[in-house]
Amino acid sequence: MSQTRSVVVEREIPYSPEKIWRALTQPHLIEEWLMKNDFAPAVDHKFRFSADWGGVDCKVLAIERNKSLSYSWAAMGLESVVTWTLTRTGAGTHLRMEHAGFPMDRNQAYQGATYGWRQFIGKLEKLLETQP
Amino acid sequence: MVAAHNMLFRTLADPTRRAIFERLCRDGEQTVAALTARAKVSQPAVSKHLGVLKQAGLVRDRHEGRQTHYSAQLSALAPLIDWTSQMTGFWQSRFDQLEDLLKRMDQ
Repeated sequence: MSQTRSVVVEREIPYSPEKIWRALTQPHLIEEWLMKNDFAPAVDHKFRFSADWGGVDCKVLAIERNKSLSYSWAAMGLESVVTWTLTRTGAGTHLRMEHAGFPMDRNQAYQGATYGWRQFIGKLEKLLETQP
Repeated sequence: MVAAHNMLFRTLADPTRRAIFERLCRDGEQTVAALTARAKVSQPAVSKHLGVLKQAGLVRDRHEGRQTHYSAQLSALAPLIDWTSQMTGFWQSRFDQLEDLLKRMDQ
């Protein structure tokens, strides 16, 4: 097993878990903030996010209505897992997203580079400006 | 690592050189003549840029008869790809869009 890293984004959102759940699980709403998709809230359902740069192949791994949702996320040569957790708070909801499974080993980074170069090239100019 | 970054940035900072590299990435292996036909510079200038790209490990050459074919070496970009920072940026912007959507949605 190679070592992996993960990305976590968390926010306090002033809306109920039920409302956020709809935005996370209804295809026409998901499309508005993430990507076009054929998501369905059922374990083992295979779906795909698609964008002009390509797509992401996914499968629902676990689902607990209004509380948590996780799906596999295969893109740019990398297999990973996205997990959403909704926790009700006094003011709304604490929303947490963990995207886990980024490899640290070189071989996979190379594969990633192969698939990701198009995006990379587009960002290169911006990157150059930020380098000392 | 820093030295490798610097070399890649220096090599790709030149717009003409970057255009040649991008073309090899997009269209696959090419001869100098084919690259020159699309570049806005002379063949010797294209050859010189290819030499710099080769030194940085960004392209590889293959001789066939009197022709030299060049191809992009994507593995040379690997040191620049940082998945966690790329995906953090991706999800932060998606969270912004999600919040915008929630504001527009009915209860």
